Amino acid sequence: MLRDFFVLGLNNLKRRKLRSWLTMLGIFIGIAAVVSLISLGQGLQETIEEQFEMLGSDKIVVQPKGMGAPGSAVSDQLILKQKDLEFIENIRGVEWAIGYLVKTGQAKFKDEAGIGFGIGLNPEDWDLSLTMQGFDVIEGRGLKKGDKFKVVVGYNHAFGDIWKRGIRVGETIEIEGQDFKVIGVLETTGNPYDDGSLYVTKEVLAEILNVEDEESQILVKVAKGFEPSDLAETIKRKLRKFRGEKEDQETFTIQTSEQLLNTFQNIFGVVQGVLVGIAAISLLVGGIGIMNTMYTSVIERTKEIGTMKAIGAKNSHILLLFLIESGLLGLVGGLIGVGIGIGLAKGAESIAKIYLGTPLLQASMNPLIMFGALAFSFIIGTLSGILPALQASKLKPADALRYE
Amino acid sequence: MIKNKEKIIQEKTKKEMKEKEEIIRLTKVYKYFTVGDEKIKAVDGVDVLIRKGDFVAIVGPSGSGKSTMMNLVGALDFATQGDIFLDNINIEHLHESDLAQIRGRKIGFIFQNFNLIPTLTALENVMLPMIFQRIPYEKRVKKAKELLIKIGLGHRLNHLPKQMSGGERQRVAVSRALANNPEVILADEPTGNLDSKRGQEIAKMFEDLSKEGKTIILVTHDIDIAKHADKIYKLRDGQIVD
Repeated sequence: MLRDFFVLGLNNLKRRKLRSWLTMLGIFIGIAAVVSLISLGQGLQETIEEQFEMLGSDKIVVQPKGMGAPGSAVSDQLILKQKDLEFIENIRGVEWAIGYLVKTGQAKFKDEAGIGFGIGLNPEDWDLSLTMQGFDVIEGRGLKKGDKFKVVVGYNHAFGDIWKRGIRVGETIEIEGQDFKVIGVLETTGNPYDDGSLYVTKEVLAEILNVEDEESQILVKVAKGFEPSDLAETIKRKLRKFRGEKEDQETFTIQTSEQLLNTFQNIFGVVQGVLVGIAAISLLVGGIGIMNTMYTSVIERTKEIGTMKAIGAKNSHILLLFLIESGLLGLVGGLIGVGIGIGLAKGAESIAKIYLGTPLLQASMNPLIMFGALAFSFIIGTLSGILPALQASKLKPADALRYE
Repeated sequence: MIKNKEKIIQEKTKKEMKEKEEIIRLTKVYKYFTVGDEKIKAVDGVDVLIRKGDFVAIVGPSGSGKSTMMNLVGALDFATQGDIFLDNINIEHLHESDLAQIRGRKIGFIFQNFNLIPTLTALENVMLPMIFQRIPYEKRVKKAKELLIKIGLGHRLNHLPKQMSGGERQRVAVSRALANNPEVILADEPTGNLDSKRGQEIAKMFEDLSKEGKTIILVTHDIDIAKHADKIYKLRDGQIVD
């Protein structure tokens, strides 16, 4: 009998096609929004988590506090210095530590001017750094001891959109007024920051930027057998003491990659929560639209309801019939919404890839999202229809039949 | 020899009595409506006994309470006072869900305006009552086809009501009323929207149904239609007059 009611319900929706479509519009806009936003959000999160995976869970990052965008200026007392680096290297449990000087600087190639992320490191640390970060040189070579005015460029400098014509090995790029010869190009990392980097020796970067002694970021590898979070605590304690700082008043931050990931995830969680909240509100409005349509439908079919009761329909049958109808409005609207949502998400993914040059924005095709959206829209439809359906079921047969 | 004859007579009477078992009984039934400040006495003290297989017509001018009485007998409404027995069950004391069952199983309604579902075909309209009795699909289709073909609408099975004439629609309505094989047929002005020829056809149909053993209660203001019945009750101002 339930199946028959579904057939009857579908039949009834078809009889007022325009009205059914308009009612469903409210639902599928909301669903399309939820699906596309959550799908993109999930996708972005997954990509970034992948980046963290590449970094590995046995890394610790030490940075000066208040490290805004990479390469922004910080006051002298707050920075980390060479001695901090050396101190950390000697802590038990630290397999090795690499100090990076990171600054954004003016770059010029041929006649074009642009911004480059300058990353300075000791050439001896080059191989280690690459292994740790998980990408490699695809053209030319890496930095070696003695490479004073040589630079290894990130993927986007050669093959991306930074310059009109990509830079290749052997060409010259000007950084902060100094010419550097390109000796290598890195493979793409999927991270626009890395792909836009300019690797030079720390010494020369410090020189051209008039920086005396600064480590913008210290990357630590945790030795085998040591727990990253424990080691992080140890480094924090010792470094604090070394710098003469009080507890909770440190001028640096230490984070395991796990913690960094957690921070990211928390932010994501909040953003997604807000998005879902907005979409939920729009779905609520869609539900009200369904309720309105159902009320109208009940009134229009008063005589019909009376007839059905006369031929043997119980109140519960009428209730079920109308609930199924409103549920179907939600479900079909949801189906269309999911389809549109996926289309939008995929579209955004393509646009991001083509116009913004980043493959970071991916649409997650998680079937759970789609199934959840469908179930949710069916539930909204059914709930919205409860009051009108109750009204229909309670109509007195004789009165209903008399209705004109 | 006499004993045998007595026995035969006794059994014949018994048989006759069985055939004339009561199916509908109204006892001191009143139905009042309150419209604004006025109290309208639609049914004002009615006692009626109808037996199985009877073909009864209730006639009267409009406003005489015919439709109201129909609604009461058909369990579509409750009486203000009095008892109504359907197949020895007092329907005045039943819940709506029980009444719905009774309507579905024991009563077949035929309305003046046909009251067919406009978006369902003739076949689907006739199948509808069977859905509520949980009759499986194949059986529904078979029964509905049988009824429609028998009544001469075999070529209209998949047509919508708007594609049929008034007479055809009423025949679909009659088929629908017979779908669950009810004992009682209640027809409220079934020929009201038909021309006289079609009207007579429908009336003849009721006669045939009555011969098949169904109880027919026909409400009409048309005396020519009422004449087809075995017994006529005249209703005026809510009371039966002779």
